[in-house]
Amino acid sequence: MKVWVPTILRSLLLLVLIAFLVSPDSFEPLLKPLVQPNAPAIYNQGSLLSLTLLHLRTVLIATLAATIIAVLLAILVTRPFGAEFLALSRSLVNIGQTFPPVAVLALAVPAVGFGEKPTLIALFLYGLLPIFENTLTALTNLPRSVMEAARGSGMTPFQRLIQVELPLSLPVVVAGIRLSVVISLATATIGSTVAAKTLGEVIIAGLQSNNLAFVLQGGLIVGALAVLIYDGLSAIEAMIARRTGAA
Amino acid sequence: MRVQFDKLGIVIALLAAYGALWASFATLKPNRIVQGQAEAMLQSLPAWAGWGLIGVLVLATAAALFRTSPWIKLVAAVAALAALTLSIGYAATFLTPAGNSYARVSPASGFWILLFAFALLAADAITRLDPPPGMRVLFLVLAAAAIGALLMSGSWNGLSIMKEYSGRADVFWVEAGKHVELALGSLFAAVLAGLPLGILCHRVAPLRDGVLNTLNLVQTIPSIALFGLLIAPLGWIAANVPGAAAIGIRGIGGAPAFVALFLYSLLPVVANTVVGLAGVPRAANDAARGIGMTGRQRLFKIEFPLALPVILTAIRIVLVQNIGMATIAALIGGGGFGVFVFQGIGQTAMDLVLLGAVPTVALAFASAVILDALIEMNSRVPNGARSA
Repeated sequence: MKVWVPTILRSLLLLVLIAFLVSPDSFEPLLKPLVQPNAPAIYNQGSLLSLTLLHLRTVLIATLAATIIAVLLAILVTRPFGAEFLALSRSLVNIGQTFPPVAVLALAVPAVGFGEKPTLIALFLYGLLPIFENTLTALTNLPRSVMEAARGSGMTPFQRLIQVELPLSLPVVVAGIRLSVVISLATATIGSTVAAKTLGEVIIAGLQSNNLAFVLQGGLIVGALAVLIYDGLSAIEAMIARRTGAA
Repeated sequence: MRVQFDKLGIVIALLAAYGALWASFATLKPNRIVQGQAEAMLQSLPAWAGWGLIGVLVLATAAALFRTSPWIKLVAAVAALAALTLSIGYAATFLTPAGNSYARVSPASGFWILLFAFALLAADAITRLDPPPGMRVLFLVLAAAAIGALLMSGSWNGLSIMKEYSGRADVFWVEAGKHVELALGSLFAAVLAGLPLGILCHRVAPLRDGVLNTLNLVQTIPSIALFGLLIAPLGWIAANVPGAAAIGIRGIGGAPAFVALFLYSLLPVVANTVVGLAGVPRAANDAARGIGMTGRQRLFKIEFPLALPVILTAIRIVLVQNIGMATIAALIGGGGFGVFVFQGIGQTAMDLVLLGAVPTVALAFASAVILDALIEMNSRVPNGARSA
C-alpha cells in the first residue's frame, strides 16, 4: 500500500464523522432500511454532537487525572525512597486488571451515586493501569550508558529525572496513554447504564427500543473516535520518538 | 539495635487506623433499598467480639509495621482477613433486630478499607515470598476452600448479600453457568479459529497486516454496541437457515453475546500466535530442517512449543477480559452475573449489585492466577532452549 493511502482514509473518516455529527439528518436515508417503517432512524432524544462532546470530556478528564497519578506513582516507585513498593505495585497492577469495568462502575455507585461520577472513577482506575505499567517499563529499562553519563556529568537525581529519564520515557508513556484512551472510550459507553451522559445512551436506547440504527450510529461514532484518537496519538508518539532519537 | 519500620506497613497502619477508628463498620438498613444507619465497629459487635477483632487487627498491624519475615506478615494478614470476615457475619446477626425479616445489614466503608489494607499486606507478603507457580495455585485453592467453608457454615447468612442470594439461589447458579459458558466457550472457539489463522498469517506475510488491522478495528467498537449489532444478523440466520434455531441461535440472548466475545477474543489470540511464531529462533528451525523434519513436524514439535508461553499469555488476556465482558451480555438477554448487576442498578439495591460483581471479580482473579502459573511453568523450557 502507498504511504499516503492510510492518511487519506483517516481524513475521510474524520470528515464523515464531523458531517454526521453536525448534520445527522442528512444521513437518514442510509440508516432508514435498518429500522421499522415508522421508527426514527436518527437518535432523537438529544443532540448527537453534544453527547459526543460529553463523552470526549468524560474520557479526557479521566485520562488526564489517570496520567498525572500514574506517572507520579511510577516515578515514586522507581526512586530509592519508594523502591520497597516496586514489586508490590507490579502485582497490584496485575490484580487490578482482573476487575471487570462493569463491576468497578457498579461498585462505585453506592459510594458516589448515579451519573457522571461513577463513570469517571471507573475510567480513572482503568486508565491508570496501562499508563502506570508503561511508565514503569520505560523508567526501569533506560539505557544504562545514558544513565551513567548523566550521573557522571554531575547531574542531581532531580535533574536526571527531568532532563534525561522523563524525556527518554515519553514515547512509551504516550503509548500507555493511547491504550488507556481507547479502553476508556469504549468503557465510557457502559457508563450510561448508571445514567452518565455519554454515547452509550444512544446504544442503550437502541437496545431498549429494538432500534438497530441507534445501536449502529452510537457504536460507529465511538469506534471512529477511537480509531482517530489512536492514530493521532501514534503519530505524536512517533514524532517524540524521532526527536528524542535525534537529540 | 535500631527498630526499622516498613514503609508499606506505615501505609497499612494508617489505612487500618482510619478504617477501624473513624469509618463505620456495618450499615443497618430498615429494608433492602433505603439508606441505612452506619455503625462503628464496637457498636456493631458484642463487646468481647469487638475488642477481640481490634486485638487481632492491632497485632496484624504491628506485624505489618515492623520489618519481619514475609511469612509472619502473611500469617498476620490472613488472621486479620479471617477475623474481619467472621466479624462482619457476626455483626449482621447482632445488629438485625430479632424477628425482623426486612432489615438488612451490609458491610460499610470501614470494613472495605480494612479488607483492602490487609489484602494489600497479603499481596505484599506473597510478592516478597515469590512463591513458585504451584504454590500460588495452592494458596488460591486454600483461599477458595476457606471462603467456601465460610459460606457453607452459614455465618454470613445474616448479611444482606447472602439474603439476596438465598432469594434467588437457583437463578444464581443458572446465571453462573451461563457466565462461565459464555466466557469459556467463546475463548475455546477463538482459540480453535485463531490458532490456524495466526499460523496462516505467520506463513503468508501479505495476509498479516490485513487480518490484524481488521481485528484491531473490531476492538474499537464498544462491547454494548457490538452485542446489539449482532442481534439483527443472528436473528436473520435463525429465521432463514434451517436448523440454526434448533441449536440455540437466536437474535437476542446468548448467541450474539457469544459471537461478540468470540470476535473480541480473536485479536489477542491471532496477534500473539503471530508474535510467538515470529519469535522462534531461526537456529531452532534450521536445526529441525537439517534433521529432516517436515513442515508439519516442525510446526508441532518446534515452533508451537516454543511459541506456547506467548499464546498462553493471549489466552490469559482473553479469559480475564471475557469474564468481565460477559457481564454486559445481560443487557441483551444473554444472562450471566450481569443480570444481578443491572437488576441491582435498576432497583438501586446495591447488595444485589454485589451479588453479581463479587463472583465476577473472584472468577476473573482466579483464572488470572491459574493462567499466570501455567505461563510460568511453560516458559521455562523455551528460556532454557534459547540460552543453550
